[in-house]
Amino acid sequence: MAYAATTTPAKNTDPRDRGGEAQPLLMVKGLLKYFPVLGGVLNRKVASVQAVDDVSFEVAKGETLGVVGESGCGKSTTARLLMRLIEPDAGSVIFDGEGVGEQHGLSVRDMRRSMQMVFQDSYASLNPRLTIEETIAFGPRVHGVSGKEARDRARALLGKVGLDPNLFVRRYPHELSGGQRQRINIARALALEPRLVIFDEAVSALDKSVEAQVLNLLNDLKRDMSLTYIFISHDLNVVRYISDRVLVMYLGKVVETGTVEAIYGNPRHPYTRALLSSMPSMDPAQRTTAPALTGDPPNPINPPSGCRFRTRCAFAEGVCAMVEPRLEIVADAERHAAACHMEIAGSGHSKAIPQLAPQIGPQITGAVA
Amino acid sequence: MTAALRQDAAPVAAPATAPLVSVEGLTVKFKGGDGSIAAVNGVDFTLERGKVLTILGESGSGKSVTLKAMMRLHPARKTTYGGRIMIGGRNILALSERELVQVRGSVVSMIFQEPMLAFDPVYTIGHQIAETVVRHEGVSRRDADKRALDLLEMVQIPSAARRLKAYPHEMSGGMRQRAMIALALSCRPDLLLADEPTTALDATVQMQVLVLLRQLQREMGMAVIFVTHDMGVAAEIADDVAVMYAGRFIEAGPVGPVIGKRLHPYTEGLLASTVHGASRGERLETIPGSPPNLAKLPSGCSFAPRCKYVEPCCRETDIPLFHPEPDHSARCLRIDR
Repeated sequence: MAYAATTTPAKNTDPRDRGGEAQPLLMVKGLLKYFPVLGGVLNRKVASVQAVDDVSFEVAKGETLGVVGESGCGKSTTARLLMRLIEPDAGSVIFDGEGVGEQHGLSVRDMRRSMQMVFQDSYASLNPRLTIEETIAFGPRVHGVSGKEARDRARALLGKVGLDPNLFVRRYPHELSGGQRQRINIARALALEPRLVIFDEAVSALDKSVEAQVLNLLNDLKRDMSLTYIFISHDLNVVRYISDRVLVMYLGKVVETGTVEAIYGNPRHPYTRALLSSMPSMDPAQRTTAPALTGDPPNPINPPSGCRFRTRCAFAEGVCAMVEPRLEIVADAERHAAACHMEIAGSGHSKAIPQLAPQIGPQITGAVA
Repeated sequence: MTAALRQDAAPVAAPATAPLVSVEGLTVKFKGGDGSIAAVNGVDFTLERGKVLTILGESGSGKSVTLKAMMRLHPARKTTYGGRIMIGGRNILALSERELVQVRGSVVSMIFQEPMLAFDPVYTIGHQIAETVVRHEGVSRRDADKRALDLLEMVQIPSAARRLKAYPHEMSGGMRQRAMIALALSCRPDLLLADEPTTALDATVQMQVLVLLRQLQREMGMAVIFVTHDMGVAAEIADDVAVMYAGRFIEAGPVGPVIGKRLHPYTEGLLASTVHGASRGERLETIPGSPPNLAKLPSGCSFAPRCKYVEPCCRETDIPLFHPEPDHSARCLRIDR
């Protein structure tokens, strides 16, 4: 994978690397989670929320994958499924060539040592009865590091995230500001020396001036500790700033993926285009006069048939209700793929190019073949 | 004159042309366990009918406290107000509780960030809107129900007749915020206070609500004070912007100049640290440190501890407002040079 190699030339020096440079750090295939909706007199399953429905993607070593979408699109559920905080109904996760939770693969416990997560609510995700030092040292101690060494590691990490260890080790979470607490959460996530960190709306609750400080910190840490990030956010500006590649989700499905340049410069899916045009312009002379989309995202309990976006799409036609569009490559060089009938040659949509004689580019079911 | 901070009252200001809102030297102090907290430390502005003033600030800057003070919503026993708030000729801080109840809803009304908390969960949306109309305008229940339906249609809620019978939990976030706007506008207020009404909404829905608010504001000729922390939202909705820091307006003026020709280092830092337009890998410029503790504010300029242009004179005296342009003002000694 040429792209991964160009972004991280020094990757092969990492002793933890098992699969080699070309092996994506994370491969997700057909991830699926339906939450049951219980009801009726006997409290039986009456419906299911299709939170994450057949999601596939890859994250190359040293890359930052941004995940965007509106609330209820399944981005946080995807993160929790990756961490096995909830069990997926189907699908496989391959971490550096080893299947997670599979026989002869990587155990969930070992996966969590290599993969950590930072949550949005910096206060709720810290134990109020542990000091900062105890909080950061907790993970390493569970994983068999001696108490002294774990404390030393906690102090070193505090320095790395820009907090003076001498001032902060004895404090409790309630004594810190939101930005400081989020730095503690980042330090805790790094305490096990993970290779992949998932940020679930980790900067969304912070003030703008503090958000910028934390984003700079994340870039520094990524460089210094050769990390790979999955960065989940609803803020398209932040995702553009921090990501190499972007995954756009809608109602539990991946609708478009590609490099930042491709997604922001040449969005192909109507939903991505609507999402981008909903970003405030920052220019009072060029205000948005008409919203790009009407209505709210539909209920994921009974998602629309065929293409899930068709109920809000200006270009919806008969084929959109009948056939679910597959995620297909639209520009190979930018690893750009979109799930829209208008982009699929011969799909039957009036705006699609008629069927080409030989198929150009491989057809794929996941993000990247 | 728009919502600029002009302390020297316009000599031509006859009562007929008096602005809808005029706030002079507003201070709000809260009594706490250990001493008092000065949340608002002298805010002055005026706002004309049909104009939108956006108060921009980070958490703890006093923007929401200022907004709630406009309706005297803070708990009376723990709050000390100072200065004067005039809305449509009424002195809000001098009204009795009874008069205040009359003013709330019919002259001034408010929408909040989380509409789920603002609605009563056990009554339908239609019931709550109709109740407000009956309470303030004394019309019959049937007319009030009719008005509720018109209002839901006005805020573009699809199948409004059916939605009247819906309970708040049955609606999506965007729909609830529309219903909240319908409730707030039910008695045709002169002034709408909006406390981050789009912050909890998704991007596509946020833009719908902003466009709707702007359209309704123009149609009804209403004045709006819109509080937000998002510069982009301010650019979309504001006529005038006031940037708030440590309980003061540190910069105010029409939206174009405040974003384009900012005067105060804090506004400058705030704009530089938003990631709009910053390209990947490039370091973001940040404002070091964090907002000051309101229980013990630094003397002089409250932004001085974080300012990159700070000089000894900044810490000595209170910084007055400078007006390099008649309607664009800021509190910074650098302007005076």
